[in-house]
Amino acid sequence: MYQYNDFDRDFLAERNAQFRAQVERRIDGSLTEDEFKPLRLMNGLYLQLHAYMLRVAIPYGTLNGGQMDVLANIADKWDKGYGHFTTRQNIQYNWPKLKDVPDMLDALGEVGMHAIQTSGNTIRNVTADHFAGAAKDEVADPRPTAELLRQWSTDHPEFQFLPRKFKLAVTGSANDRAVIKAHDIGIRLLTRDGEEGYEIIVGGGLGRTPMIGKVLRDFLPKADLLPYCEAIVSVYNLLGRRDNKYKARIKITVHENGIETIRDLVEDRFALLKPQFGGVDQKMLKDIEAQFALPEFKNGSVAAFKDAYHSDPVFRSWADTNLTAHKNDDYSIVSISIKKHGQTPGDATSAQMREMAAIAREFAHNELRISHEQNVILPHVHKSHLPAIHARLKSVDLTTANIGKISDIIACPGMDYCALATARSIPVAQQIATRFDELKLEHEIGDLKIKISGCINACGHHHVGHIGILGLDRAGVENYQITLGGDHTETAAVGERAGPGFAYDEIVPAIERLIGAYLQNREDENERFIDAYRRLGLAPFKAALYPEVKADAA
Amino acid sequence: MSKPFIPKVVTANALLEGDVVYLTADDQWSRQLADAEVIEDLAHGDLRLLDGSSQPDVVVGVYLIDVALEDGIPQPTHFREEFRTRGPSNYNHGKQAELF
Ligand code: HEM
Ligand code: SF4
Repeated sequence: MYQYNDFDRDFLAERNAQFRAQVERRIDGSLTEDEFKPLRLMNGLYLQLHAYMLRVAIPYGTLNGGQMDVLANIADKWDKGYGHFTTRQNIQYNWPKLKDVPDMLDALGEVGMHAIQTSGNTIRNVTADHFAGAAKDEVADPRPTAELLRQWSTDHPEFQFLPRKFKLAVTGSANDRAVIKAHDIGIRLLTRDGEEGYEIIVGGGLGRTPMIGKVLRDFLPKADLLPYCEAIVSVYNLLGRRDNKYKARIKITVHENGIETIRDLVEDRFALLKPQFGGVDQKMLKDIEAQFALPEFKNGSVAAFKDAYHSDPVFRSWADTNLTAHKNDDYSIVSISIKKHGQTPGDATSAQMREMAAIAREFAHNELRISHEQNVILPHVHKSHLPAIHARLKSVDLTTANIGKISDIIACPGMDYCALATARSIPVAQQIATRFDELKLEHEIGDLKIKISGCINACGHHHVGHIGILGLDRAGVENYQITLGGDHTETAAVGERAGPGFAYDEIVPAIERLIGAYLQNREDENERFIDAYRRLGLAPFKAALYPEVKADAA
Repeated sequence: MSKPFIPKVVTANALLEGDVVYLTADDQWSRQLADAEVIEDLAHGDLRLLDGSSQPDVVVGVYLIDVALEDGIPQPTHFREEFRTRGPSNYNHGKQAELF
C-alpha cells in the first residue's frame, strides 16, 4: 500500500502547525471570522447547524488497519464515539470543538491522513472504484493513477483558486463503480491494441444543474495523463465563470462553450504543456505503482467457506448479498454494510471501526476501503476466512445482508447536521429501510438504488439513484420530490421527476406504492427496478404514486 | 396597511463549541431559546443584530429568526430553527441530551 514519504509528512506537519496558530489567533480575537473562515475551510473545518464538522480525506477510499484505528480514537477522544463516511470517500466528525481540531489534525498526520483540499475551490480528494486492485472485471488498478493525480493536485500553486471546486474520479473497470460521469473529470483506464491509456470524460456533475460527463478523448496514452489534465484545468481556470457561483463548475463551461471548443483549447494547451513534464511524472508513476503491488495471495483450501455456505443459512444469505468476485478465485471482496435497518447510512461507531481494523489485520492483508455508497470494504479476503470474519462482524452488529438492496441507501447528512439543507434526509432513509425490513420484501425486490439529498446540492447523488429523493422546503414544510430512472454507472443517466412532492409523513408510503407497482409490473424477478422502468416508462409508476389524480380523471 | 411585525430573536453559534445560542436582553448568549430577548419591532431588531455581531470573539454566524410567543415564551416558527433548539433526529445528541 502507498506509504507517504518524508516530504508528505513534513508538509502535513507544517500545515498543521500553521493552522494551530490560526486557531489560536481566532480564539484570542486577533482574526475575525471573515478572515478565519477561508482558512478553516482549507483545513476541512465547517460550521454546521449544531456544531463544527471536520471532514477528513480518505484518498481513493483506501486505508489500513492502523489508520482506521486512529479514526476510531479520534471519534472517542474528540467526538461522540462515531464517524460518518460520505459519498466522496471522506469521513466527517460532527461534534469537534474548535480548540481540539489542531490536535485531531496532528493525530491524523501521524498516520499520513489530513483534511487538506476537502473544501474550497481546489481539486478535491481524488476518488476511485472501491474495489480497485481486487475486482475481477478491472483492466488495471486505478489507484496509482489516482495517487499521481493527488500528488500533482495537492498544493498545486496554479489551482488553489479555481472558479469552483473540482472533483476527479478514476476507475479501472468498464463497470463504473466510481460514478466517473458525474465528476468534473472522470478517468477510465483501458488498453487499446495492447497499449495502456485512458478515456477522459469531462463536465459531469450533480448539484442544481445535473449533467452527465462527455468524452473529451476516447484514448489518451498513459504517459500524457498529467499534462492533459493540467491542460483541462487551466483551460477551465481561464474560461470558467467567476461571476455566478451557480454557473462556475466546468460542466457549465463545457455546456456553454461546447465540447468541441473545449477539446480544441485543451489540445492546444496540452501541446504546450507536454514538453514541460519531461517524463518525471512517469517515473513517479512507476514508483507509485510498485507501492500498490498486490498482496501476496495465500494458497489453501476453501472448504471451510463451502461448509459454512451449505450448513448456515444466515451466513449464506450474507455471502450471497455482500460478496463480490475477486481476481483470484480463492478470494472474495467483502462489503461490510454500515447500514443496518434503522441506522444512519454511513455511520460507524468507534468499536465497529476497531473491529473492522482488527479483522483487516488478521485476515485481510491489512487493507480497507470506503465506498462512495457509504460502506466499508475488505478488498482481499481468502475464502477460508469468511466464516470467522462473519462471526467477528456479528459481534459488532455488522452483518446486515443488504448490499445493493433497497435499504442500502445513500443519504447526505441533510437538515440533521448540514447548514445548507432544506429538509432532513437521514430519517427518511431510516424509515424506508425499517419499513421494507418489516415487510420482508428486501430480497424479493432485488437490486435497487435509493439516493437521498437534503437540498439541491445533491451530495446524496439523488439524480443518479434508480429512485432519487430530494428534500425541499415548500412554504416552511419539508417536502420530498421523487425522481426515477437515474443511473450512476457506465450507462449514467439523470432521473426524471415523477410529479409533485410528498410531505415528510407521506414519503415512505409513496415509496411503498412505487415498489408495489414495480413488483406487479416486472416481467420476472430477474428484471430489476431500473430495467422495468426503462421498459415501461414513467406511466405505471406515476399512477401508483398519485392514485387520487387517476381516480379524479376517471 | 403594513404587515404585522413577526417577533424575532437573535441567534448564532458559539465560537468555541459551535453550540446554537440566543442573545438575551443583557447581551449574554444563552443555550436556551426561552432566555432570549424577544424583539418586537424592526428598528430594534437591526440594532440587536448589530449588538450580537459585535461579539465576534464569542459567536459566529449571527442572524435573526422568527418566533411565535406561547405563554410569553418564544418558539421557533420554522422547522430548521426547531431542529436547532434540539439537535439531530438520528441520535440523542446536542441540546436535547444536554439541556432537557
Ligand atoms: C456541511 C456539509 C456540506 C456542505 C456545506 C456541502 C456543500 C456542497 C455544495 C455547495 C455542493 C454543490 C456544488 C456545486 O454544484 O457547485 C455540493 C455538492 C456535492 N457534495 Fe456536498 N456538502 C456537504 C456535505 C457533503 C457530504 C456529507 C457529502 C458526501 C456524502 C458530499 C458530497 C457531495 C457531492 C457528491 C456533491 C455533488 C457532486 C458535484 O460536486 O457536482 N457533500 N456540496
Ligand atoms: S445535499 Fe444539501 S443538505 Fe445534503 S449535505 Fe449536501 S448541502 Fe447539505
